[in-house]
Amino acid sequence: MITAGADVGSKTVKVVILKDGKIAGKGIAIAGLEAEGAWENAWADALKEAGISRNDINKTVATGARLKEVKGFDEEMSMVTADAMAMHKLNPEIKTVLDVGAEEGRAIKVDKDGKVSDFAVNEKCAAGAGAFMEAMSRAMQVSIEQFGEEALKSTANLPINAQCAVFAESEVVSLVHEETPRPDICKAVCDGVSDRLASMARRVVVEPKVAFVGGAAKGMGLRRSLKEALELTEVYFPDDIEFVAAYGCALKAAE
Amino acid sequence: MGIYKTEPLKCWGKAKELRLGVYEGIKKARDNGTMIVAGGTESAIALPAGFDMDFLGGEPYGASCAFAGIQDPSWNRGLMEASEAASYPRDMCAYMRIGIGSLLSDKFVFGGKYPVPTFNLQTHICDTHGKWYQIMSDIEGVPYNCVDYVPYEWETENESEESKRLKRVYMKDQMLDVIDWMEKVSGKKFDDEKFINAVNWECESTSLWAQCCMVNQAIPAVMDEKMMYSLYIIAVLMRQQKAAVEFYKVLLDELKDRAARGIAAFENEKFRMIHDSQPPWHNLQIFRYLEQFGAVSIGAHYSFSLSGGWAYDKEQDKYLPAKAPKEAGVTLKTREEACDWYSEWLLAYQTLLRSLRYSGRGKHKRIQDIIDNWKIDGMMIHLNRGCEGTAVGQMELRRYLADRGIPALTYEGNLADVREFDLERTIDKIDTFMETVGLTKIAK
Repeated sequence: MITAGADVGSKTVKVVILKDGKIAGKGIAIAGLEAEGAWENAWADALKEAGISRNDINKTVATGARLKEVKGFDEEMSMVTADAMAMHKLNPEIKTVLDVGAEEGRAIKVDKDGKVSDFAVNEKCAAGAGAFMEAMSRAMQVSIEQFGEEALKSTANLPINAQCAVFAESEVVSLVHEETPRPDICKAVCDGVSDRLASMARRVVVEPKVAFVGGAAKGMGLRRSLKEALELTEVYFPDDIEFVAAYGCALKAAE
Repeated sequence: MGIYKTEPLKCWGKAKELRLGVYEGIKKARDNGTMIVAGGTESAIALPAGFDMDFLGGEPYGASCAFAGIQDPSWNRGLMEASEAASYPRDMCAYMRIGIGSLLSDKFVFGGKYPVPTFNLQTHICDTHGKWYQIMSDIEGVPYNCVDYVPYEWETENESEESKRLKRVYMKDQMLDVIDWMEKVSGKKFDDEKFINAVNWECESTSLWAQCCMVNQAIPAVMDEKMMYSLYIIAVLMRQQKAAVEFYKVLLDELKDRAARGIAAFENEKFRMIHDSQPPWHNLQIFRYLEQFGAVSIGAHYSFSLSGGWAYDKEQDKYLPAKAPKEAGVTLKTREEACDWYSEWLLAYQTLLRSLRYSGRGKHKRIQDIIDNWKIDGMMIHLNRGCEGTAVGQMELRRYLADRGIPALTYEGNLADVREFDLERTIDKIDTFMETVGLTKIAK
């Protein structure tokens, strides 16, 4: 049986194809103002890798903030359930999942059967979401990957406003004017976002083992800060960290 | 075909007539130049009832403007922008901002110009309430007074009887002072008999509303929360009037009859929810959206207790409708006795106002009481940017529920400012919540 899952996110579209339960192909494309083009591109890459055509897919389940902008899936599911299903399959010991996407952060509590027992989503504030990290990396004139590496060089603790991305940004500007070393600013941003994410996660009561997924989870600086903010000794980072929700959808399609 | 039978409430029309009658009375008073008193509707509104007057309560008026904004955005966005243009910031109470906007625009949502009162009388139930009508009075150029309000602690805190006595005396003395002040600024004679009647009727009508809420423990629930908004409003607007007492007696009989016959508010009730804080008045359709999954909100600490009289019963360890003076075997004869009883009523039995001041254990106990006795399956918490008072302790409550495995959904919004509510995201959260509790949309 061949199934597919898709995550139509705010910034990227991800597609995963499963063949007899195993990942046969993946595709990711950046969505600009219109998600439809990225949807087609992500599909094309995933199909090419799997060596199949769209007609070979038995069922497609999709999720994501911009799902309404695309057509061509059989069923939809929530991001929260998709993450939970995927993480339970990847590591059944996971009890808490933190997913940080471009515009939204989610904390998900997973029970022993892989079902969602509770969840929290960050509200309208951009702090605690990937888009804010990207804006800060632009302000620091480094790539998002370099931003994390810079943060890892620092051990300083500079408190910045963790409640509001707008205030945080103006504080970063002040730190730049004060000639604060770049690594210290990068770490301060990671710490601030982590504090915000940690307080959201505590709403659902964080229980190990914890997995950290989503595009922002690729950042090494944020990984360290979040681990410290939640006082965790161990956090699980799956491979293909951006594809977790799409993988969950593909699993659902295979049920 | 639903699981349960349902039918419209017979007294629905009467509720609408009474509600609109309050505003018609205010319009007439404005046009005829007779006495209007304004203030927060949770103020001691039996106090000015010692005069012939019409009372304009700021919170239900703000909700009406927010609701009217669905059809005509000038009543919502427009009034908010008018107050912001006068430098009142967005993080203040949304009822206050919409009220100031209405006054500055000189527009009354029920028609004509904004009715300027003879004076404003407020109760300091939260920090905004203390300031709100001071500002209104400054703009209107009318006198202002405010009764300080320090409610009794929740029962969980074991407050001493001496502390309660001091609070009661403090409030009673302020009430007596306010009566003298009202006579002075209005130039009218205060009628003790009218005041005593108003205190009796306020206690009785709010106790009756609490009794109506008790009937909703039935499965299926006889009222849903959206329905309650149109019913508790009578207590909010005119609880000090005899007509309110008569209405709630009729409603109580009808609800008991519905419960006996198994008449549901919602025919497919499968999952009973409660809500926290005021709803987003501009987007009440979220309550109807729940119904697509067989879920129904059947009440709230807010809807039960705003203008509701609830007493904690130690023996049964639960909250029950408080006894009005007549039921308690008390006859109020003098102004002093009425002020004393009225103080006790507001300090001890107005439990919603307590939660504006004190978060934590007490509110959790009350919420747990509702969850247990109204057989609640899950809770929906409005992280309400428009009311700092009802937002007190919401995250503590969220954690309390999480620790006990009680399903809870939070959504962010604003009771009156539509610009701070995202319907799409809220619907998305409801969908996710329903998925996690195993509910799917009912096939049409």
